[in-house]
Amino acid sequence: MKSNTTRAVRIITGNQAAALAAKNAKVRVVAAYPITPATPVVEELSKMVETGEMKAHFILVESEHSAMAACIGASAAGSRTFTATSSHGLAYMHELLHYATNARTPVVMAVANRAIGPGWNIWADLSDSISQRDTGWMQFYCSDNQEIYDTIIMAYRIAEHRDVLLPAMVCYDGFVLSHTAMPIEITDVNDFIDEYHPVWRLDFDEPSTHGNILPPDYFMELRREVCEAHERALKVMKEVEREFYEYSGRLTPLILEEYRLEDADVAMVTMGAISSEAKIAVDELRKRGVKAGLLRLKAFRPFPKQEVVEKLGSVEKVYVFDRSVSPGFDGQLFSELKAVLWDLRSPPEVYGRIVGLGGRDVTSRVFEKAVLGELDKKWVMEVIY
Amino acid sequence: MSEYFAPGHGACPGCGLTIAVRNTLEALEGKVFVSNSTGCLEIISSMYNRSAWGVPYIHSLFENAGAVAAGIEAALKALGRKDEGHVVVFAGDGATADIGIGTLSGMFDRNHDVLYICLDNEAYQNTGNQQSGLTPPGANTTTTPAGKIMPGKLGRKKDMVSIAVAHGIPYVASASVAFPMDIRRKVKRAVEFEGAKYIQIHCPCVTGWGIQGKDAVPLARLAVETALYPIVEFENGELVKVRKIKDRKPVEEYLKPQRRFRHLFRHPEGKKILEMIQKIADENAKRYNLDI
Repeated sequence: MKSNTTRAVRIITGNQAAALAAKNAKVRVVAAYPITPATPVVEELSKMVETGEMKAHFILVESEHSAMAACIGASAAGSRTFTATSSHGLAYMHELLHYATNARTPVVMAVANRAIGPGWNIWADLSDSISQRDTGWMQFYCSDNQEIYDTIIMAYRIAEHRDVLLPAMVCYDGFVLSHTAMPIEITDVNDFIDEYHPVWRLDFDEPSTHGNILPPDYFMELRREVCEAHERALKVMKEVEREFYEYSGRLTPLILEEYRLEDADVAMVTMGAISSEAKIAVDELRKRGVKAGLLRLKAFRPFPKQEVVEKLGSVEKVYVFDRSVSPGFDGQLFSELKAVLWDLRSPPEVYGRIVGLGGRDVTSRVFEKAVLGELDKKWVMEVIY
Repeated sequence: MSEYFAPGHGACPGCGLTIAVRNTLEALEGKVFVSNSTGCLEIISSMYNRSAWGVPYIHSLFENAGAVAAGIEAALKALGRKDEGHVVVFAGDGATADIGIGTLSGMFDRNHDVLYICLDNEAYQNTGNQQSGLTPPGANTTTTPAGKIMPGKLGRKKDMVSIAVAHGIPYVASASVAFPMDIRRKVKRAVEFEGAKYIQIHCPCVTGWGIQGKDAVPLARLAVETALYPIVEFENGELVKVRKIKDRKPVEEYLKPQRRFRHLFRHPEGKKILEMIQKIADENAKRYNLDI
């Protein structure tokens, strides 16, 4: 309950929020490698380990590939683990991301979203983590720094839950959140999250073999288990979200957030930091008589199919804004939305807009104009003030 | 029979790897957390429901057994479980010297308390004898096929022992399955040092080298007796011991019985390569003062 917890308001960046969350979540092994814009997470953690404020072993690995490998090894040995990365670092981890999923090691990772080069660009773009969509990691997209802190802590509760056992990445827009300071409540979470009690670990009481050869007789079972764990995760997410609300007094959504959607005719769908601008647009559009609302997806994997259908079942039009693109097709969120809404007997019209790649500013005017039909092309190139 | 590495695995008769693995595990009385890179050993031993391992075991990926071992070691420290056992990597020569050299170097550099054992069968034998950085010159592999133009592998065998020593880690040694008691002694000695340890064990491969199972150990012995595989031991960067050779044998005696070198005795370039291999053996003998 609210009264049981101590809290302090601090003005900190998204990266600092991520590092503090890892510390307070009782992470015992960190393995990380620097990359802009996630580097300050690595620095903050090193500092806290050095001062003894954080009781963890920090492995200063030689690459992101080894960062994830060491996290997997440490997790297998029974430790709660954490790392942070971005962009090319995440791409370099790709092989290990699959490994962590199939090995069911509940590693949690912060991802400061950034574009992938060449066309060297260190600014906000969700392409890095969206590209890892099919690795089997749970993915959460934050829209402010409070959410980064809360979500990382809750992510451990979900990832380590017996019904889930999946790794999770907590994503937030590079610089826009990673380097921007804002006031957040640092709630003491000692009674919300215990030391890690693994389901299995490498030990001599029950010496077991992991990472086996798995012939065709067994492989599909393993993959189906992973998919079923994702389905069960949605239920666990709802429980953890409620429990965290009761504990901290903050309702930090894990699945989705809706804004003035109840009676909306037009819905916007977003992920990440641009959602704040979309909220302003909703208010502006409502002032002009357009019944607009916002659905912000927090969880991209598992994708909350049923919840999205429920929320958007009665709107006439849906505008989906992607800060990423799948060349040769569309924005990925747009594609997922269309696929999900196809289940409806009379689905709404769905439009997709590509916005803000490589850190291009996305203002509330972009959302307004798109909904008003003044931006009729898929690619929104303009910065509109 | 070893309770740490059970019979019934899928290795070929005469395979050198299993001799190295059994002796290592027995030397440490089974108190071993194994991190094993992708390769022959993993394939023959880790079949689901048919594992040969009686010790806790994790198959990493091809290139990162060192990094996974580093994570295990850090977690054992963090959880106060350090006294339970030793963290040991088993990795092939390709995993060690080629694809995994970066993760290995990182593990050495941070000096994790890990014993890294390179099982050197001198090519990617699991995928069917492709050249690796530890394939010796002249060897016929499927990616260095000996024919009219190519005389087998060009270039030398990468000196991983020296690369390990250059990292400044406390213990580095080479060994051979021809001398199992030496493997046991070195493994026991290695774990007396806190920090990263490297032992490279020469393990004949019956299929890749084109030999009979019964000849694996005698051939491993010949590799040592010709000075092509010097058996050395470094403690804190100092060479403390070598296996001396009495009446060093010409390299032909080692090369001739192996199908992978057969072409050298009839290829137009063969003589030149045989001379080069002999020169390498002479250099080894001189460098480590092997001759008695």
